[in-house]
Amino acid sequence: MVQATGAEVRREITVNAPPERAFSFFTEHFDAWWPRSHHIGEAELAEAFIEPHAGGRWYERGVDGSECDWGAVLAYEPPHLVRLRWQLNGEWAYDPDLEHATEIEVTFTPAGDGTRVELVHRGFERIATGETLRREVSGEGGWGGLLKRYSESLGAS
Amino acid sequence: MDALGDPTRRAIFERLGDGPRAVGELASELPVSRPAVSQHLKVLKEAGLVVDTAQGTRRLYRLDPDGVGAVRAYFDTFWNQALAAFKAALEQEVD
Repeated sequence: MVQATGAEVRREITVNAPPERAFSFFTEHFDAWWPRSHHIGEAELAEAFIEPHAGGRWYERGVDGSECDWGAVLAYEPPHLVRLRWQLNGEWAYDPDLEHATEIEVTFTPAGDGTRVELVHRGFERIATGETLRREVSGEGGWGGLLKRYSESLGAS
Repeated sequence: MDALGDPTRRAIFERLGDGPRAVGELASELPVSRPAVSQHLKVLKEAGLVVDTAQGTRRLYRLDPDGVGAVRAYFDTFWNQALAAFKAALEQEVD
């Protein structure tokens, strides 16, 4: 496993599919694998999308038809790399302020018959500073609450 | 290191999400001994998730207000789960 440093997370996993397939499944079929428990709309998650081009939207559609943005596609280079701007805060709510946005880069590298998928999520210092976070940490919906929801979803899966 | 991979540490972290606590308070709220709570708090502190301050004769623990450690730990666990879900769904399609 890649060691994480500073305010970023690095995760990798090797999948049993060629990079072309892994890349398109990750992006164009985002909805097919994304954990259903994680979404931001009030309505239950119907579908989530990564638009397959740079500048595209990253968003969800609820069962009631409402749409919520998660961020944007910054780079789209099949079958090697996709870079996304993540604009969700600690309470899984959309934050339009780009100063608070974090970034996710996913690379796909051939590994034997499969593909090594490496994900880096960086820029936590941008959401983890100042009054906002202090409020979130101490408030009811804070990181503790978020973690609780997460453990519950783990228990449910 | 997965500071939040342990269920007791997760429980302690969640309690501290409700507000600052001393070791004794945590031990009385959870089915764990005081020395064990102290040990878990040490790990959480090293991971940058909690900080402690002296208050009179006792020491109070709370979530690190800078929160970078907490955010990082959260997403570390989160992406681990999400990528596992990605692999499972992908390989099911391929087969």
